[in-house]
Amino acid sequence: MNYLNKFAVCATAALLGSTSMAMAQDCADPVKVGVLHSLSGTMAISETTLKDTMLMLIDAQNKKGGVLGCQIEAVVVDPASDWPLFAEKGRELLTVNEVDVIFGSWTSVSRKSVLPVLEELNGLMFYPVQYEGEESSKNVFYTGAAPNQQAIPAVDYYLEELGVEKFALLGTDYVYPRTTNNILQSYLMSKGIAEEDIFVNYTPFGHSDWATIVGDVVALGEDGKQVGVISTINGDANIGFYKELAAANVSADDIPVVAFSVGEEELSGLDTSNLVGHLAAWNYFMSADTPENAEFIATWKEFIGDDARVTNDPMEAHYIGFNMWVNAVTAAGTTDVDAVRSAMYGQTFPNLTGGMAEMLPNHHLTKPVLIGEITAEGQFDIISQTEPVPGDAWTDFLPESAVLTSDWKDLECGMYNTETKTCVQLTSNY
Amino acid sequence: MHKTFISQNPSVLWFIGLLGLFTLAVVVGSEATGTGLISTSMVKTLGKTLCLCLIAIAMDVVWGYCGILSLGHFAFFGIGGYAIGMWLMYARTEIIVLGSLEGQVIKPTPQEISDAIGNQIFGVVGSSEFPWLWAFADSLFLQLLMVVLVPGLLALVFGWLAFRSRVTGVYLSILTQAMTLALSLWLFQNDSGLRGNNGLSGLQNIPGYEDTSQAVISLVFFLGSALALACGYILFAWVVSGKMGSVVQGIRDNEARVRFLGYRVEGYKLFIFTLTAVISGIAGALYYPQAGIINPAELAPIASIYLAVWVAIGGRGRLYGAVIGAAFVSLLSSWFTGGGAPAINLGFYTILWTDWWLVLLGVSFVCVTLFFPKGIGGLFDYLVRKPS
Amino acid sequence: MLRRFLTLIVFLGIAGVAQAQDLQPVLQTHAAEIANPSRSSVSVALEDLAASGAPQVSDFLEQWEDKGVWQRTSDGMFFFATEEGNDLRLRDIDTGAETLAPKSGFSQLKPNGGVRRLIGTALVQFQLADPDLARRASAVDSIARRPDESQLEPLLASVDGEPDAALKARKIQLANFLSASFAPDPNDKIDAINSLSKDTSIEARAVLNQILSVKTGVSADAPTGNVARLLKVGRDLSQEAAYAQLVEAKLAPPLVPSGSIRDALAANVVGGKVGDIPTAQLDNQPMREAAYAVLAGDGLVPPLVTQAEQIAAVEAHTFFEVYDEDNAAFTDAARAALDSIETRVGAAQTVDLTLDALSLASIYFLAAIGLAITFGVMGVINMAHGEFIMMGAYTGYVVQQFVPDYTVSIIIALPLAFAVTFAAGVAMERLVIRHLYHRPLETLLATFGISVALQQLAKNIFGTQARPLTSPGWLDGAWVFSDVIQISYIRIAIFVLALLFLGLILFVLKRTRLGLEVRAVTQNPGMAASMGINPDRINMLTFGLGSGIAGIAGVAIGLYAKVTSEMGADYIVQSFMTVVVGGVGNVWGTLAGASLIGFLQKGIEWFNPSNTLAAQTYMVLFIILFIQFRPKGIVAQKGRAAAD
Repeated sequence: MNYLNKFAVCATAALLGSTSMAMAQDCADPVKVGVLHSLSGTMAISETTLKDTMLMLIDAQNKKGGVLGCQIEAVVVDPASDWPLFAEKGRELLTVNEVDVIFGSWTSVSRKSVLPVLEELNGLMFYPVQYEGEESSKNVFYTGAAPNQQAIPAVDYYLEELGVEKFALLGTDYVYPRTTNNILQSYLMSKGIAEEDIFVNYTPFGHSDWATIVGDVVALGEDGKQVGVISTINGDANIGFYKELAAANVSADDIPVVAFSVGEEELSGLDTSNLVGHLAAWNYFMSADTPENAEFIATWKEFIGDDARVTNDPMEAHYIGFNMWVNAVTAAGTTDVDAVRSAMYGQTFPNLTGGMAEMLPNHHLTKPVLIGEITAEGQFDIISQTEPVPGDAWTDFLPESAVLTSDWKDLECGMYNTETKTCVQLTSNY
Repeated sequence: MHKTFISQNPSVLWFIGLLGLFTLAVVVGSEATGTGLISTSMVKTLGKTLCLCLIAIAMDVVWGYCGILSLGHFAFFGIGGYAIGMWLMYARTEIIVLGSLEGQVIKPTPQEISDAIGNQIFGVVGSSEFPWLWAFADSLFLQLLMVVLVPGLLALVFGWLAFRSRVTGVYLSILTQAMTLALSLWLFQNDSGLRGNNGLSGLQNIPGYEDTSQAVISLVFFLGSALALACGYILFAWVVSGKMGSVVQGIRDNEARVRFLGYRVEGYKLFIFTLTAVISGIAGALYYPQAGIINPAELAPIASIYLAVWVAIGGRGRLYGAVIGAAFVSLLSSWFTGGGAPAINLGFYTILWTDWWLVLLGVSFVCVTLFFPKGIGGLFDYLVRKPS
Repeated sequence: MLRRFLTLIVFLGIAGVAQAQDLQPVLQTHAAEIANPSRSSVSVALEDLAASGAPQVSDFLEQWEDKGVWQRTSDGMFFFATEEGNDLRLRDIDTGAETLAPKSGFSQLKPNGGVRRLIGTALVQFQLADPDLARRASAVDSIARRPDESQLEPLLASVDGEPDAALKARKIQLANFLSASFAPDPNDKIDAINSLSKDTSIEARAVLNQILSVKTGVSADAPTGNVARLLKVGRDLSQEAAYAQLVEAKLAPPLVPSGSIRDALAANVVGGKVGDIPTAQLDNQPMREAAYAVLAGDGLVPPLVTQAEQIAAVEAHTFFEVYDEDNAAFTDAARAALDSIETRVGAAQTVDLTLDALSLASIYFLAAIGLAITFGVMGVINMAHGEFIMMGAYTGYVVQQFVPDYTVSIIIALPLAFAVTFAAGVAMERLVIRHLYHRPLETLLATFGISVALQQLAKNIFGTQARPLTSPGWLDGAWVFSDVIQISYIRIAIFVLALLFLGLILFVLKRTRLGLEVRAVTQNPGMAASMGINPDRINMLTFGLGSGIAGIAGVAIGLYAKVTSEMGADYIVQSFMTVVVGGVGNVWGTLAGASLIGFLQKGIEWFNPSNTLAAQTYMVLFIILFIQFRPKGIVAQKGRAAAD
């Protein structure tokens, strides 16, 4: 079955390749891809990698003959981790550089900043990072995980496989942890976990004084219930947090920690020998054992010229997103945003972890959810992989959102109230 | 009186004239008038720069003329932005909500409307209740009043406490920086009711003008910013030129001596501190609808330090110096970070300006402080002196 | 259940000796479950494995737990295997025969944490009396993780034969816990419970809390069962919660939410009216309720429950908590034991909080002590102080790249960091600050420029990714006094370092020639110069000293938190506030400032543990107010030196 699938993909690709060859001579204006990732400032740490990923993907596509017979030109700008600049640079990309599509953003606030501009100018953006959901824009494809593709399966794993009865939700104080924890709290309560068995704590960005919080978490075990930590701690703060966990000798067998924002890249700043067995949930791990992944990693290491560089989940999201976009453009025969958007629905592309990702009418992907255990080498050992889960823009576990649905194909509305059968709004809520 | 004011401040005429010409050029070149020589994003950038110039003048008055190195004026700027942003978000969301509830058989109660708006605005940050801060968000007039009142009151109380305790010099700088830090930390919290780290977004969409293109809106805001800058310039030129100006500069040079001369130093300082805070608030209220989003990172202590950097590079103690500094550094900065500057290939190493611009800025800043304490504005002294 | 198959084991174990049995066939019958186990279903396979009585079982379970078992894809056979490059060294489970095979044809079994815990429990019976200490310890850990009634007997049986004193104590403690929960004789049980009353460990509290677990109940008459306490509405639970509980117990009709009122009205519109009220008037709650009342009167919808009815319903019932344990003697004993523990825990928590606060204060102090010299003594505002901390941390990182031994590298890094930042400080003083001594505000801005440039420079050199700075092995872990009171060694080290520096600086300033000259230059440079002191040299050295200490602080801070180009910026404002709050010009002042800020922050966090950011905000606000009312700081300078 798998082989058949692969064969089909190859055949399609070959077919598409030949059509684009035929059109090579009538390439009127070059195809431009905007890359809107911070190359300086606090987020450069994560986003520079994605910029390089995009350059690598575009490079590879150009070697294959580009798209629609045109070479793809990358337009890289630096919004410098300054959120208003995302709106400014986004506008520049769309009006001055006249790019056909934008790949960019990492933080939710940067996405919210550029959203109004995209909707005003009818641009198209691929957003590659796991996020809190509760949003659906006609002009954005969300190739990262929605909460039901990362947080909910991880909690299910806690409940079913680890038998966790008491939860500590630790997060950095910003929108992704807040919303995710809100969703998780109501999900856990629907699963019969009492409110007093859910401990929530928010810390600032870059927090380093973790002793008290780790102590509080350990003390949660005093009523004899199995405690588990769900961490939405972001960025550098994780280093201090894991160091404190290791110092307090909190073993994964006693109090497991599952993180949603810690990937291979973050682990490279840490000595992981004391963290073996703690968990992370993603849609991709570098350790995934598939031929596609092996090739991707090899290409990446060669492109970046560094054998020690790791790959991570948002990189896979860009990989899938970019390839789907190329296929959709080829299918539509144009880079016109509305035509490409229609062609995107139902597009499939093989995941790096096996199986097929499919673009849904709500602009999310179907993806498998992987749970990995940290190994001493700073990698993740995949111990659980679900069937592909369709991404859900509006969570089913908050009463206000449960009635909402997103369908840009048939309903042509991203915020459709299924109870009143009306479209709440066509733009997204910023 | 009017004549003496102008003759005392020849730079005012020059400034207004140049600003007028500049504005005219932008209006003619903008996309709204059809020529399209200047893109809408450029108009927005220029409009924002004018707002930055306005707060730079305020900073110049409080630092260059009064000697208070305030590292908190960007906090007032941010408060102004938040105040107007609350109305913009509320009003825009209200229109959407009313539109979506329109078709229902039973008309919605005020409570239901308010709940729906709250859910729309705060849903993304995991809450749906209206915090008390938003009590006046439905009224444009009241929120405009907030733009002026909140920074003014905060500056008044803070200044009164600080000046009364005779906190001066670097201590005052650190204290104002602590105030900015406290404010931004508070805003970072989700619980503070201003959407935490996400801040207020979509501010470029003006409620009631959904069908007006951004080209027009950006031009209107540009003109508004130019007008505000002109008024601000005249106001401050007037403040620093009369007897009051002399007292204020006296305080800068030797506070104790002025006090011994019988002036109520605290009163003067408080007046200048509060007035500049109010103007900063107004500048912020004009800036953020053009930027489109305001969030706590804007208020971080470093922003206020950059403000001081602009003024120092432009030249302290002269209003046009502040304008030059703010315009020059902020535009140059966006040119460098925007990848506009060509990379320099040294053979063994390529200098990418996105990486090296801050190093350059830092070093040039040190040089300005050491070798050109009068800043760029100091160059004008040579021009003016030449004829004599 | 476990006990049942324990006896089975004993029985089959004897049979097993008689005829060596192969494990592979048993494994194959459960192949799917073993290859892909789940916590909820793996028990069957585990029971069968144990029941097979094969001597390889314990070996297999251990290997399986450690991810040392591989399955051949072609025929599903299981092997013990270790990786050797691209090959696997396979060991037959039954015969122990070794072969080498390429890895590609095999898949590794990776049981998840929950399954591993069950495997551990299944292993207990094999390991509890094993000659290997590590195995016995792991068995005891497994019991501690999943206490089970069936483990009490074997555990008690193994206590006497335990040669290792520490493990024996642990076994006795565990046996006590198990007895408190499961002892068949009530007197044994109560004795065990009583014996826990001095044990502040989390496990002891867990045992007692589980005996004392309650569920809430409501009834119209007096409560039955082993009642824990009666709940008073208004004090113990709110009116709304009480009514909700009544609804849940089906003792009262559910409330009609306003959303359903609207839906009910919308569903019953007749000719533009609902219950004689035009729909246009239904845009407020009272009118809607009126219309709804009409509908309810017609029997079309369930009636509204009024406020008065709710109160009456709640008053008519008793709300209470009842123990899950029926025997009051047990719960009384457990309650008494727990109360006594809680007093101790409360005291221990205070001590722990104090330790945390002390540790935080020492970090603040270490970060600020360099500033106490440059800013406090010399009056130079150095905004690049944070970047000196960063430079020190990066020095540590670079040293670790060349010296792999962590202990040696730290010993090299500390003086090297001092040297690097000392040189940087001296250079900065000579090139920049020297020219600005009479313009303090400009010093602030110029050093800020340097700070921006240094920060970006670090980014360009080391990248934006956080870099690892690993502490030596002997600083790993924590000093554990009890489950409540513990503090990591690295924090203790920082505390000691802070004390050392306090002593060193006091010594330098008060007891050495340099210190005397520094104080002289600070108080009156002109006079000092005329006494033959070279103020330039003194300023340079002092500034270098302050910067050098910042470098060492950087290594310490990097060890406990992170090394990034922005780490300095995190500490700079805090450090200035520490110095100002403490009082400028006095090292004791800085100590007082750091202690105040550290304790205050922990205190505020304790009041609101779920929001650390709020604690920081309130702390900064407090500092602002503090400076307003005491501008000279805690330890105010007196006399002439105090004048600006």
